[in-house]
Amino acid sequence: MILYLRLFWEFFKTGLFAVGGGMATLPFLYSMSEKTGWFTQSQLADMIAVSESTPGPIGVNMATYVGFETAGIPGSVIATLGLVTPSIVVVLLIARVLAAFRQNRYVDAAFYGLRPCSVGLIAAAGLLVVKIALFDFDLFAVSGQIADLFRWKALALAALLLVLTRWVKPLKKLHPVFFILGSALVGVLFRF
Amino acid sequence: MLWQLFITFARIGVMTFGGGYAMIPILEREIVDRHGWASSEELMDYYAVGQCTPGIIAVNTATFIGRKHGGTLGGIIASLGVVFPSVVIITVIAGILTNFAEIPAVQSAFAAIRVCVCVLIFNAVVKLWKAAVPDKAALILFLLVFLLSLFFKLSPVIFVLFCAAAGIALTQWGVRGK
Repeated sequence: MILYLRLFWEFFKTGLFAVGGGMATLPFLYSMSEKTGWFTQSQLADMIAVSESTPGPIGVNMATYVGFETAGIPGSVIATLGLVTPSIVVVLLIARVLAAFRQNRYVDAAFYGLRPCSVGLIAAAGLLVVKIALFDFDLFAVSGQIADLFRWKALALAALLLVLTRWVKPLKKLHPVFFILGSALVGVLFRF
Repeated sequence: MLWQLFITFARIGVMTFGGGYAMIPILEREIVDRHGWASSEELMDYYAVGQCTPGIIAVNTATFIGRKHGGTLGGIIASLGVVFPSVVIITVIAGILTNFAEIPAVQSAFAAIRVCVCVLIFNAVVKLWKAAVPDKAALILFLLVFLLSLFFKLSPVIFVLFCAAAGIALTQWGVRGK
């Protein structure tokens, strides 16, 4: 019971403070992982991949996934309800004064500060994924060899994906799910 | 009518891959063309405000439309509808994956998928960058948040509250836009 309440509260906070869409929940999930130990950072990276490749908004998918890993099926329902409750309350309140809210200069000014904040938090959370996906600090700590620090196959794949998703015109528009599935195949074939 | 709201938004939830901008054409078709619950202009307004209210944009937009069509209860029902498919689909997938996580091929696949996730997050940051960091003051806020959150285990809530206040202060002092 206590676990359910904590789960609801953690996701309530995420829903209340994550501004700017699905990926904005990511830093909150990392901080949750560190604070509660409900799931590991490498599990979180896998959850992002699954959330991007399945129907539904990414933020909701990630909440459901984390909830399930933490407390089973009731957990997935409770985490998702926690995430959406602040949205529903805030929007129901704002809907009455929609025009005034949009044009309020304090709201506009607050968002001028919130947007770079959101990008900064997402970038920092992204680096945590880089740390486990592209580097092997555990092996490096044991062997002391600089060459062991890098996951060379992973670096090669990252470079390839970067080129494909950013500079190859017909592929740029492809849905992320194709890159995720392609990577999975590469991972199995080349024994990552 | 509430049932129809729920079903319609559940359908929108299933068809939304990834959320965000991917949602707009689907909302247009379902809400404007099919049901006439809102006009295109209203939809864009909801979507714009949905981006600058806390929480998931898809849920915010659903609450706006549901409230307009069916009052407070309508807002709640529409939101529950849009998240319903996620809860079902993800729970099933998570249940399956947990059982297969020990298989070496699955571990290899996810090791490579994590690499892909790095690239996807990088691309998301690049995409957000233009609108989010228009001037030097915003760049300083970005660097401050990025570095502090990297090196100190602070709750993101602290950064969000600080930056909202900083945004107001910088605008008042006339630093914004320089």
